[in-house]
Amino acid sequence: MTAMPHAELSILVIDENRIRASIIEDGLREAGHDHVTVLHDINDVARTVEARRPDVIVIDLENPNRDRLEHFFSLSRAVQRPIAMFVDRSDASSIEAAVAAGVSAYVVDGLRKERVKPILDMAVSRFNAFSRLRRELEEAKGALEERRLVDQAKGILMRSRNLSEADAYALLRKTAMNQNRKIVDIAQSLITAAGLLEP
Amino acid sequence: MARLTQVTAGFLPLLDSLLLVVARERGFAEAEGLDLQLVRETSWANIRDRIAVGHFDVAHMLAPMPIAAALGLNPLPCPVIAPMALGLGGNAVTVGASLWQAMAEAGAPGDLSAAAAGAALRAVVRAREAAKANKLRFGVVHPHSGHNYELRYWLMSSGVHPDRDVDIVILPPPILPDALSRGTIDGYCVGEPWNSVAVVQGAGRIATVKAAIWRSSPEKVLGVRGAWAESEGESLAALLRALYRAAHWCADPVHHEAAAEILAAPTYLDLDPALLLAGLSGRLSIAPGEARMVEDFFIPEARAATFPWQSHALWFYSQMVRWGHVTHTANNAALAAASYRPDLYRAAIAPLGAPVPGANAKVEGALARPTPVGVTKGSLALGPDGFFDGEIFDPDHLDAYISRQK
Repeated sequence: MTAMPHAELSILVIDENRIRASIIEDGLREAGHDHVTVLHDINDVARTVEARRPDVIVIDLENPNRDRLEHFFSLSRAVQRPIAMFVDRSDASSIEAAVAAGVSAYVVDGLRKERVKPILDMAVSRFNAFSRLRRELEEAKGALEERRLVDQAKGILMRSRNLSEADAYALLRKTAMNQNRKIVDIAQSLITAAGLLEP
Repeated sequence: MARLTQVTAGFLPLLDSLLLVVARERGFAEAEGLDLQLVRETSWANIRDRIAVGHFDVAHMLAPMPIAAALGLNPLPCPVIAPMALGLGGNAVTVGASLWQAMAEAGAPGDLSAAAAGAALRAVVRAREAAKANKLRFGVVHPHSGHNYELRYWLMSSGVHPDRDVDIVILPPPILPDALSRGTIDGYCVGEPWNSVAVVQGAGRIATVKAAIWRSSPEKVLGVRGAWAESEGESLAALLRALYRAAHWCADPVHHEAAAEILAAPTYLDLDPALLLAGLSGRLSIAPGEARMVEDFFIPEARAATFPWQSHALWFYSQMVRWGHVTHTANNAALAAASYRPDLYRAAIAPLGAPVPGANAKVEGALARPTPVGVTKGSLALGPDGFFDGEIFDPDHLDAYISRQK
């Protein structure tokens, strides 16, 4: 499925998020890159760059150490030639896609575009997939929390008004519709009010 | 009601993001018809890249950043202009406990004086040299920053060569106090509140301040994507007016506490407001249990604090040349000066009837006391603005200044 690159590229992935880093690493290995180094701790960067002499450095934009890393790269003897960022200065759409996904890449100057672009494209799609997963997880957590609140509010209505569960839910829904609010907001207000009225 | 025009601004969590935050939170932006969206960022590199790709229209920027963009020092070519400054001053040099002890033994009086602290530091550096001890290590947040150039200026004028006698490393602001207490670095130059944070944590002592090294000196600017400034000129002018009003509001001591509260909120700096009040009021804790009132520590409005002087741009340019960040040519100097846009500032602020300097540049460091200057309307005083070593920067004699500093 994948073609081996004709000369091995050394790739360094710097990401404090271990899960995302391993997703990127897997992608690179699937694409036939065997010289991949993953770095979680920024303090090891000098030693790692010296030892691995990366051609391409992939880093997440959330990393507060980007300024420090850029300065380090600009001084480093291992990354001798001036480094260009992203794939190609003229390739505006791929740069935008990378920044939007939250990833950037530093490339040793002189490395040809067609060799680097697949790496960045892969990193962009995996970063996006990771963000999607994280968003879905947040949504799932939110849905669970909403359900917990609605159940709690139903319980309060069932006790205080002697309603069945179905009637308690119907009352919540009707109130929400009348006030043009979400059921979970009504439930939250009810729980807060019940808390205030407790002795 | 008319629809608001959305403007997206990036910022880093620092005291001098104040004008942008207040313009939004106190309704100055909305009154100008703008929906000012603020996005907190984690690095100056992100600010630079996200303005280049169009995620941000404008941003809180280190004053040399638009100059670096104009000189082609950035990875992504994108014209960025500075039509406004975001205040003057606001940073300090903080040193760790052991370095301070050595400086005090070498005669540092602990009064924030740049010359006295510098002389003590030189003595410490020479003593360490004689003892073959490691070089002292200082942190700054970015190579193209007011902090880096000001720290280097102070060291050099104090007889300490910033490249040969000490090491200067780059670290993100929130990490600096920890790095100091762990002994990874011996001192740093950074904007507030990150000096006050180190003092509160018992990690360091403020040795001197920007206001002592170069009084009324430039620090952050509003960086604007060139293409956006051209196509959205009216929105830009509206934003400059909103920020001008925000500066006026922030300058009133009556509002310092409220301003500190606004900026301390979780979406902005997410810190104890007291840490911000120090920089706003100029009443700094320079060491545990030792507070000191610093005149002109941070100036949001007075002395044309938001005016983008081209002489400021040229001074930064002279330092970029001095430290090998760029080669001096007449063309590079012209590009650097042109990245600051006092013309746009003047045009935008004119409708407010406020006094605005008539000149685009001034001689820096020449005013020993407040001095009235030529303005478009009303009256305005500039200065005092001296450099601690008594030097004067005349932008009309840039070549001579650059040669003198070789």
